[in-house]
Amino acid sequence: MSDFVDILLTAGFWAATIRIVSPLIFGTLGELICERAGVLNLGIEGIMTVGAMSGWMWVYQGGDLWTGVLFAACMGAVFGLLHAVFTVHLCLSQHVTGIGITLFASSLSYFVYRMLLPDATTPPKIVPFQPIAVPWLSDLPIIGEALFTQSALTYLALLVVPMVWYVLFRTPVGLAVRMSGENPVAVEAQGINVLAVRTGAVMVGSAFMAVGGAFITMSWFDAFYFGMVNGRGWICVALVIFASWRPGRALLGALLFAGLEAIQVRAQQSAGAFIPYQFFLMLPYVMSILAMIVMARKTKYPQALLVPFRRGERV
Amino acid sequence: MVIEPRETVSVWRAGMAPVWAILASLIICAVLISWAGASIPTAYSLLFKGAFGSAFAINETLTRSIPLIFTGLAVSVAFRAKFYNIGAEGQLYAGALAATFFGTGLVTLPPALMVPFLVIMGALAGGALLIVPVLLKTHLKVDEVVTTLLLNFVVLLMVGYLIEGPWKDPASLGWPQAASIIDEGVLPTLLAKGRLHFGLIIALFMAVIIWLMMRFTVQGYEIRAVGHNAKAAEFSGINVNRTVIMTAMISGGLAGIAGVSETAGLKGYLTLDLSPGFGYTGIAVAMLAQLNPLAVVPAAIFLSAVYVGADAMSRAVNIPTYIADVLVGVSILAVLCSVMLSQYRIRWRA
Repeated sequence: MSDFVDILLTAGFWAATIRIVSPLIFGTLGELICERAGVLNLGIEGIMTVGAMSGWMWVYQGGDLWTGVLFAACMGAVFGLLHAVFTVHLCLSQHVTGIGITLFASSLSYFVYRMLLPDATTPPKIVPFQPIAVPWLSDLPIIGEALFTQSALTYLALLVVPMVWYVLFRTPVGLAVRMSGENPVAVEAQGINVLAVRTGAVMVGSAFMAVGGAFITMSWFDAFYFGMVNGRGWICVALVIFASWRPGRALLGALLFAGLEAIQVRAQQSAGAFIPYQFFLMLPYVMSILAMIVMARKTKYPQALLVPFRRGERV
Repeated sequence: MVIEPRETVSVWRAGMAPVWAILASLIICAVLISWAGASIPTAYSLLFKGAFGSAFAINETLTRSIPLIFTGLAVSVAFRAKFYNIGAEGQLYAGALAATFFGTGLVTLPPALMVPFLVIMGALAGGALLIVPVLLKTHLKVDEVVTTLLLNFVVLLMVGYLIEGPWKDPASLGWPQAASIIDEGVLPTLLAKGRLHFGLIIALFMAVIIWLMMRFTVQGYEIRAVGHNAKAAEFSGINVNRTVIMTAMISGGLAGIAGVSETAGLKGYLTLDLSPGFGYTGIAVAMLAQLNPLAVVPAAIFLSAVYVGADAMSRAVNIPTYIADVLVGVSILAVLCSVMLSQYRIRWRA
């Protein structure tokens, strides 16, 4: 137990937590935007893989880091558009489409990676985003290292949370998005095109997911491995429910999970002798299920989530 | 753009939908093949030869289709009731765990009893893994997709722990694998040559049983009714929760048998590479079969042929084997589209 407290007091633990949280923030916010508009996007796991591969590949082929992130976001938006055409315009099952997109997008990423790098036995590396120390603030004890010596993408992740909140809850666009997920008929009555709003939301959300994936290969690690996303997308879907579709709570939930993962890595080293490492690795998945159970009774789903909208149809 | 239902859907139109989907998937993958620099006819004929070109190839394709028939059936039963079980992968490993637990010396029965015993234990284990997700769905309305997906990761880590720790076979020269299934429990091979085993007979038997159940029994009717319209089913006196739970148990059980058949029929012992994603491919199988249990068999053989053929093709013309996985993903999307187009027409209006 004292080991446990020791871990919590180290600056390294908090720095790791903030680092690990970034892909979860992007993924969770992306899913949140989609679901707020009424579309469940189970393509998230595959779209994160696409982001991880395409962003990394862009830089590996000589591109610049930021344009790499932009490229990953665009690729994510393309798959988001595919998901939107299927679920929003053709009204096909959101569950099955999402799973199909995940299988398609992740296997396509692996295919493209192998095509471009056929003989790479050890994954080649890029120069990833470097930590930037904010003057003065980074000298603060514990918080300094944790919050103010991170890479640029992590700062972006933390900035994006209030931005998404502001857009969703304080702008007309956000209102249209949220209403499309609650009462699309009312949106249509306002003269706003529900299908366009939903398509846009899914594309933007998917771009977020892809940036989350890109963070893994371009900031956290410096190479692309197979199976790298490893269920993080699914954890994000659980986090959205845990967060009751609120950006602020999504940040809180993501921090909780990142903290868990950071503890887990450190506890493996100290308690690894008596507890097999597989049980530590199970923690995030088991916790995601528990989180959904805890929130199940309180959650208020967007009322039109999973409900396709057909113009002119009586409800 | 307006989507409106067709007044009548001919049997021909409905039956051709998966065929169009397969054609579309092959065309989309042809783009990737030509990008890889191979000639498309050569690549596809290599794929076909690799899957059906010799007795050995056919044997291998059928062997590979066995787990896909089981997982395809598991998914098709569940999806019929709109219970989205994406956890067939985990349930397969649960079945394999049960086969290993009971089949490596704990219980010894004559072969005629031992094989059915292992199958039943595997089915129970697969079903047991779905108890939590299905109760969460029926009682707390927690989405089953996420819970079943997350459990896949948990089960896989559990398998990893057991075969590296307490269940590790001391005779395995350090490889993480469990002890071999005892001879009484091993599914016999069907032919003198090749790996094709008795699992195929069980799989075909289950396909027929599930088809009969869905078509001719009250339970099958209830499953279909709940899937069509749960509210209407409730009003007509069907216990929706009970039906969903029953569906989940059947679905998990079928996926569990896949694990038994792979462990006791093909490999002989449990490893972490027992299934290269049979659970996920099962979704494509079920969709191509339009959730019809009998059609699951040809759909499984088709996708298994794609995997076996893609191995041969990639060796010959240097195309990454991931092309097979791409085709599986594309086929799910394509069949969604083609089935919809068989039932609806799209009219373009200004």
